[in-house]
Amino acid sequence: MAALTLGGSWKRKNALPGFGLSLGFTLFYLSVVVLIPLAALIIRPWELGVDGFIKAVTEPRVLAALKLSFGAAAIAAVVNTFFGLLVAWALTRYRFPGHRLVDALVDLPFALPTSVAGIALCTLYAQNGWIGELLVPLNIKVAYTPLGVVVALIFIGLPFVVRTLQPVLADLGRDPEEAAATLGAGRFQAFRRVVLPALAPALVTGGALAFARAVGEYGSVIFIAGNLPMKSEIAPLLIIIKLEQFDYAGAAAIGVVMLAASFLILLALNVLQVWTAGRR
Amino acid sequence: MRGATEDHPLIRWALVGITIGFVVLFLLLPLLTVFSAALEKGIGAAWEALGDPDALSSIKLTFITALIAVPLNTVFGVAAAWAVSKYDFRGKSLLTSFIDLPFSVSPVISGLIYVLIFGLQGWLGPWLREHDIKIIFALPGIVLATMFVTFPFVARELIPLMTDQGRDEEEAAMSLGASGLKTFFRVTLPSIKWGLLYGVLLCNARAMGEFGAVSVVSGHIRGQTNTMPLHVEVLYNDYQFVAAFAVASVLAFLALVTLTLKSFLEWRYADEIAAVHRH
Repeated sequence: MAALTLGGSWKRKNALPGFGLSLGFTLFYLSVVVLIPLAALIIRPWELGVDGFIKAVTEPRVLAALKLSFGAAAIAAVVNTFFGLLVAWALTRYRFPGHRLVDALVDLPFALPTSVAGIALCTLYAQNGWIGELLVPLNIKVAYTPLGVVVALIFIGLPFVVRTLQPVLADLGRDPEEAAATLGAGRFQAFRRVVLPALAPALVTGGALAFARAVGEYGSVIFIAGNLPMKSEIAPLLIIIKLEQFDYAGAAAIGVVMLAASFLILLALNVLQVWTAGRR
Repeated sequence: MRGATEDHPLIRWALVGITIGFVVLFLLLPLLTVFSAALEKGIGAAWEALGDPDALSSIKLTFITALIAVPLNTVFGVAAAWAVSKYDFRGKSLLTSFIDLPFSVSPVISGLIYVLIFGLQGWLGPWLREHDIKIIFALPGIVLATMFVTFPFVARELIPLMTDQGRDEEEAAMSLGASGLKTFFRVTLPSIKWGLLYGVLLCNARAMGEFGAVSVVSGHIRGQTNTMPLHVEVLYNDYQFVAAFAVASVLAFLALVTLTLKSFLEWRYADEIAAVHRH
């Protein structure tokens, strides 16, 4: 509760009451719910020592799981960046039947519990499912393979790209393209040389957000993945398996690696934001 | 004649076609699967599955969890937004990044951190066992994990909104002699109510639907520590597909209600809720 007493000297002169109370409560609640538990995660694996930590995160099964989580998330992020751009473009530029419905559906992965999405995707892509049975003649197996992991991560990541791009596309308007057209650019040239560079920071941000979410995703993946060790076992699932074996330090070690990765992504995005703000 | 910024009709129709196809394939079909699989053996079977005592207890636990976690995070969100938006102090941007932190943490890690503290081999584990207090594999752990994953929703909705509004109106009310509380309820609250409702709506949807974080701390005890999303998993892994999808369709229905309300709020009160929405 140091903030309560420090409060007076921190703030500039301000007639509104409640600074000490609101900031004090904020800091207290933040510490109890978020900061102290996260500190427990960061401290825990080091009881293994540095060597033990490195050994814990480089054992083959852990490496395979991390590789799958990061690799599948990267593929899904690329797919989502491409299709997310198409969806955002169609939603901001055109009016078509079902426009409102499509726009609302984009948020579905935010609203639908991940276990519901998980069992639905698994049923859909199983060999007797609506999509799965169409893929059997083509000899493509999605459910219970790493491809299934990618499909689930595409589902979960799409809204990040679309919702990041939509406001930027709307703000951009048509003026830059019109200027390009006046100067003799064709439609495609105007898009490639004028629109795409303006969208690039938002595309990268949306893609990175989708990637960050996908790396840690659990619920929508575990049903369709099949969870074969070394093949289709994702890192978050391995954390749970280690916990069930009471290997707390090993679980925390994987957690720290994943947490470090998502912080690096956030940091990079902040740098990007500062950089693009400075360019304008 | 097409304008200089109009796309060729063929391109337009191709893009709209791909968009609709992609959305149908990746979003609409999974949603339809939920309802169709629930009704596979008729509405009676689905209804019966919902009346099962374990299903009912999972519904109850889900509501209890949301009823504790959402109000706490709402009070926190308002307090945090008040502190951040109405005053100037050092470390403000650090504080707002800390508030957003739970969004960038994997759900499984969000559960793991509480096991590391309260679990059998956690920091407080031995002490809790001596005093016969259960947190992990019990309601407190489920509520804590839910609080963590829904932590930023209300705050991140209100902070930009209240920062935009500044503090002129509150200062005017105070200078006319209103008390601090009266100023908050008569001046601040009416101007943030739609943004607040929007944040609470999203917070509640996630609280009722959280799976990964709760899964780590729950222990999956049927009829006791299974929330609805966990009960869906248990039933599905038990090959009780109709029952699993029946409970899942209740959750999907809740998600659709949330999306409808969300779209309505965005359409009707666009200016009164914060501009940027990502989560």
